Amino acid sequence: MQGIAVDRLGKRFGATPVLRDVSLRVAAGEFLALVGPSGCGKSTLLRSIAGIEHPDSGRIQIGGRDVTGLRPSQRDVAMVFQSYALYPQLTVEENIAVPLAMRRLNAAQRLPLVGGWMPGARAARDSITRDVRQAASSLGLGALLGRRPGQLSGGQRQRVALARAIVRRPAAFLMDEPLSNLDASLRVQTRREIVAIHRAAGVATVYVTHDQSEALTMADRVAVMQAGEILQVASPAEIYADPQDLRVATFIGSPRINTLPAEADAEGVLRVAGQAVGLRVEGSGPMTLAVRPEDLQPGDAGLPAVIETVEFLGDSLLMHLHHPATGTPLVLRLAPEERESLPASGEIGLRFPLDRALVFDARGQRVALRSLLPEAALVR
Amino acid sequence: MSASLAAPLPRRGTGEALAGWMLTAPAAIAYGLMLLLPTLATIALAFTDYELGAPAFAWIGLENFGELLSDRGFAIALRNTILYVGIVAPLSVLGGLGLALLIESGTRGRSFFRAVFFLPVVSLPVAMAAAWQYLLHPTIGPLNAALRGIGIDGPAWLSSSDTVLISLAAIGIWENMGFNLVLFLAGLTAIPRELYAAAEVDGAAGGWERFRLVTWPLLGPTTLFVVTITMTRAVRVFDSVAVLTQGGPNKASQVLLYAMYEEGFTYFRLGYSAAITLVFLAIVLALVWLQTKVLEKRVHYA
Repeated sequence: MQGIAVDRLGKRFGATPVLRDVSLRVAAGEFLALVGPSGCGKSTLLRSIAGIEHPDSGRIQIGGRDVTGLRPSQRDVAMVFQSYALYPQLTVEENIAVPLAMRRLNAAQRLPLVGGWMPGARAARDSITRDVRQAASSLGLGALLGRRPGQLSGGQRQRVALARAIVRRPAAFLMDEPLSNLDASLRVQTRREIVAIHRAAGVATVYVTHDQSEALTMADRVAVMQAGEILQVASPAEIYADPQDLRVATFIGSPRINTLPAEADAEGVLRVAGQAVGLRVEGSGPMTLAVRPEDLQPGDAGLPAVIETVEFLGDSLLMHLHHPATGTPLVLRLAPEERESLPASGEIGLRFPLDRALVFDARGQRVALRSLLPEAALVR
Repeated sequence: MSASLAAPLPRRGTGEALAGWMLTAPAAIAYGLMLLLPTLATIALAFTDYELGAPAFAWIGLENFGELLSDRGFAIALRNTILYVGIVAPLSVLGGLGLALLIESGTRGRSFFRAVFFLPVVSLPVAMAAAWQYLLHPTIGPLNAALRGIGIDGPAWLSSSDTVLISLAAIGIWENMGFNLVLFLAGLTAIPRELYAAAEVDGAAGGWERFRLVTWPLLGPTTLFVVTITMTRAVRVFDSVAVLTQGGPNKASQVLLYAMYEEGFTYFRLGYSAAITLVFLAIVLALVWLQTKVLEKRVHYA
């Protein structure tokens, strides 16, 4: 297939496994974000695709070609590094030209001073200059071509690194936390630019980040990774609303999803601290009930909760509470005007739309809801 | 109220200045006594005809320097020193770089090789010179014994005027290479790994390409430092000459510092010796100037 195909990739550093049989498909022209906490193996996976890291087992295909044993230079990929990895001795123009010079010029033509007189060097150099100028101006670097990386701001360096990646139309873009060294406002702006660059180039892109908001806003699909495994790959909306694993549910979403320890009896009736919540699930035993902060609604009846603090965020309120019987902390997201109708402290009741409830079994796997119990207290 | 507030301020200013001077005093006194004073004394001496033990001396202006110009021994010493630096500096810098690259790319034995090559730097030069005297001995030395084994009649390394400077230069390379190696290793570890990864992705597949694109440019500051320090160390060559050849045979291994030593402590002509020292000082200062003014601009990219 076109795009990128990773097949059962395994890698361990000493006794510690960093990749556990990871498989991943990125379609041609797709933007896939690889998101997970630091140390989950996402960078190792990306570097393995680039060929910088050598996995112990598994296969990698790029653009329909098996590249497993190939060197990075033979894989036809371009990479953007967290540190930008620009060559400090070269100007912006020379930096962007490196990938082209390495491919369009032979060793003799690349020689300093005399290289220019080698046969064919002139035409090759002219074509390189033309492509470099075009890539640079598409990123607004036209005025900076003669500067060195040391004279540029972080955002400008980032653009040079992007220009170096797009100048040679590769089969895949690989990006390793490219925005994490930028300040917050620049990050939001550069996000859109990277998406635009990806649209224009139409090349399979793997984008590694630890920032879930980057993953959710930029990607066509999001792969959530933890402890060397990909837990779920799905569209941003699906990852958020329909997580298949408790770790995905708790990693994605800010503030964190509310999780309550629960118990399902032999009939599958779910109870939190002995109180039926109105759900019947497949299976029985200890469960975890998870509800997003914006899905909880305050009222007089329902799940009891004690108010602790209220935070005003401008466009919304965060209300911090706890469930008295289990001591579990809870958080609610409310519209600011709802504050008027709420007590400042004391115990209230919480309700939630039952179809928005997520239930996970003891191993953290999602459990299907069998039916809603209309007689239960928490049905809305 | 405001007057009483304003009054103590100047007093605290002088107190602060006094404390500053007192804190600087130990370093300033040591610097003046140990470095500044002897240097000034040497400069003054160079314009006198003072001889050790003489009851008086006279100011003779530039006469010492005039004599240097016509002194054949000094000309030989200067020529030999330049030749020595010309051999030792490039070879020990390139050798140190080559060894550092080899050790860096090797997977094991790094600290072992580093220690082995650094040994000459920490060993006593005079004792090592004795070892070299044995190694290079024309009849009982292992080097010539080995040469005889393959049918070559080795020269008298240290007592023939054709080979003595080469032999001393070889010892100089051996002494300096380990030091350069350690400096280069430190420089290599400071190069970000991501740059090599970027170079690989950009298509620099061969080791030579990566060296040209990443290693050599990023080692620039290190190389500049190593070159300057090696050159000044080579200009200062003295121990091996004093122990092995005393400048001979027939001044074939006479060098600047040994000429200075001979004039000052064998012939007791301290004034003339000081003039030679000033020439030496001028060479070292010129090297330092070259480093700071000319080359620094080409190796720091920020």
